[in-house]
Amino acid sequence: MALTGLEIFKLLPKTNCKECGFPTCLAFAMKLSQKATELDKCPSVSDEAKTALDAAATPPIKLVAIGSGERAFEIGNEVVLYRHEKTFYHQPGLVVRVKSDDPQLAEVAGRVAGYEVERVGMTLRLDGLAVEHAGGDAATYAAAVAAAGAAAPGLPLVLISGDAAAIDAALSGGAAADRPLVHAATAANWQAMADVAKKHGCPLAIRAEAGDLAGLVDLSENVRGAGVEDLVLDPGTAGLAGDLAAFTQLRRLALKKGARALGYPIVAVAGGATWQAELARATQAVAKYAGVVIIDHLEPAAVYALLTLRQNIYTDPQKPIQMEPKLYEIGSVGADSPVLITTNFSLTYFSVAGEVEGAGVPAWLLVADSDGQSVLTAWAAGKFDAEKIAKTVKDSGIESRISHKKLVIPGHVAGLSGEVEEELPGWQIMVGPRDAVDIPNYVKNVWGA
Amino acid sequence: MTAVKIPVEKWPGAVREVTLGSSYGAGTRTSTVTVGGETALPFLGFEGALPHRPALAVEVVDMEPGDWSPELVAAWGKDLSDPARWAARAVEEGADLIALKLRSCHPDFGDRSATDVCRTVDRVLAAVGVPLIVYGPGTADKDNEVLVAVAEATKGEQLALGLCEEKNYRTIVAAALGNGHLVIAQTPIDVNLAKQLNILISDMRLPLERVLMDPTTGALGYGLEYTYSVMERLRLAALMGDAMTQLPMICTVGEEAWRQKEGRAAADVPEAWGELAERGVSWEVTTAMTLLDAGADILVLRHPSSVSALREALDDLTKGA
Repeated sequence: MALTGLEIFKLLPKTNCKECGFPTCLAFAMKLSQKATELDKCPSVSDEAKTALDAAATPPIKLVAIGSGERAFEIGNEVVLYRHEKTFYHQPGLVVRVKSDDPQLAEVAGRVAGYEVERVGMTLRLDGLAVEHAGGDAATYAAAVAAAGAAAPGLPLVLISGDAAAIDAALSGGAAADRPLVHAATAANWQAMADVAKKHGCPLAIRAEAGDLAGLVDLSENVRGAGVEDLVLDPGTAGLAGDLAAFTQLRRLALKKGARALGYPIVAVAGGATWQAELARATQAVAKYAGVVIIDHLEPAAVYALLTLRQNIYTDPQKPIQMEPKLYEIGSVGADSPVLITTNFSLTYFSVAGEVEGAGVPAWLLVADSDGQSVLTAWAAGKFDAEKIAKTVKDSGIESRISHKKLVIPGHVAGLSGEVEEELPGWQIMVGPRDAVDIPNYVKNVWGA
Repeated sequence: MTAVKIPVEKWPGAVREVTLGSSYGAGTRTSTVTVGGETALPFLGFEGALPHRPALAVEVVDMEPGDWSPELVAAWGKDLSDPARWAARAVEEGADLIALKLRSCHPDFGDRSATDVCRTVDRVLAAVGVPLIVYGPGTADKDNEVLVAVAEATKGEQLALGLCEEKNYRTIVAAALGNGHLVIAQTPIDVNLAKQLNILISDMRLPLERVLMDPTTGALGYGLEYTYSVMERLRLAALMGDAMTQLPMICTVGEEAWRQKEGRAAADVPEAWGELAERGVSWEVTTAMTLLDAGADILVLRHPSSVSALREALDDLTKGA
């Protein structure tokens, strides 16, 4: 959180001694806020001012990397509470937890690593596997972690154990090279955990119970004092309401209050007794501030929903997802199916495609390149005019695939129909509805009539 | 032990309280539903009042919907063919209120008369004691005709009538005003359009305590993030004191989630999508949970399993409130 000139001025001695080379402390403060000079130039600056300015120069929520190689993921470095204020930058890692004595450990690891699903041209994947120490000694745990690593090479891991010796054994056994997240240092074990995390250079989660933020601050100061720099906060679980309060408070404390001790990404342990209960908790965690979300059920339908949600929430509101401009087939289209044209703003596309699909009438949907703008916006900006419509029709090759020459344009650009007819000789230009919701009626009752 | 000073946002504004259903005068409801009244962001009870928990409505259609997902058909079975029985079953499944969609008067789906569908509304009112939302068929002319007739026939029941949009608000607001009902003001995912419609409605002297806002729901994967952010902005504006945004919000989650391929397709989909049985409910629950955290006050749902999952989540979210 950068400080303003006036905020810096309040921290200066206000002696106007001029030794910094500027006529007044205020002038010096203004230059500092523009990063045009150095604080060291002030002979009588206080330690308090130094600390505050140092803090202001670092991001309010530290960027932390988990894993190594191609599948490593970064979390943190967020700057807003609401995505419409700017955007959310680093989407949370979705991690599946498995117990170290689970006979299916290797199989689950393989499935987690292999899960992937396509959505709007992107491949969505799970981000990691959490191996929870479930009984057995350090060597047994290390063997389980090694087995998981072998079954899912390159997949980031989270090592969950309260026993620092077990974590040390797993990391020493080779896991350290992949930079797993160690979970977790608590009030009882922080010294040993911090030593292990530091020794192996791994990020460390710190865990307090049930939303105890003061406990988190103490732990944060302790483990940072012991030399661990990459932290992840686990405020414990206190139900949906308690988690929402704690996660919101952590985000606000980091962003609005500059709380250094709490300026780290958050891990949500969202596992629940049933996949349904877990889905509700994980949904909230994705929307509200988690950097890592740990679930227990590898239920593909729920995982698909969560990955889709994450993609939605972490889409930059200023840069909407664009559809590839091309000819889309909705249903089993034939030579006599209607041809509709719209723009390549994803929401426009989904509204239109959804209504056409709902209507049960197969149709060709031509999507013009409007730089991702909706019909009206694109029309106003000259990105969806008669020329563009005609070019889209010609380039698509639709003409050779249909037995008619009728094109339905959006009702919002009804005024273009004459011009489009001129650009596309021989075509009949029909004016469709203004709103997607009226498409079913249109294709059923107007188009064929 | 370090003390942490929890930042508490004090908001000057409050969402209006809106009550659906009446048991006084001509009202025959045995229970009513009040939503709104928030002086804090969703479920952040540590910094303000959250007097009413969000309500769950179940969508009931006045004719067997031939185009619904097989999962929904399996869940409701033969109840789908009788709106009164369907509504009663929905209440058993945990609905706080019923959202009755009068589809049979749509020109494409039977074109039944207003008189006919008024009888259906009466039967549903007789079958359940909870408040009703009544939606017209969704075509401008027929909506006006049918909703006016229903409003008159159910005077005093304090129904919520939908949809009230920019193009037809005069008719619907007048019908609500004259018969003691509420309106559902729908605008297409836009803060300013929502405010503008609320201004038009309040200019007609319908008290804003009788208006619910429908910001238009985008399902998960189909525009959810737009609805989410518009709702967050509307709720923040309400709490900051902008009167024309201080209305409870209603989201038609079921309709949107189950309309998408993810809610309908049982075969010929990628294996990673999972089975339809889990996928449809996942889509509905995830959409609903996300919008609850953005400020939804009423969720209109379709599947009984979603109702129970959301009820459980709301129990947890409102614990101690």
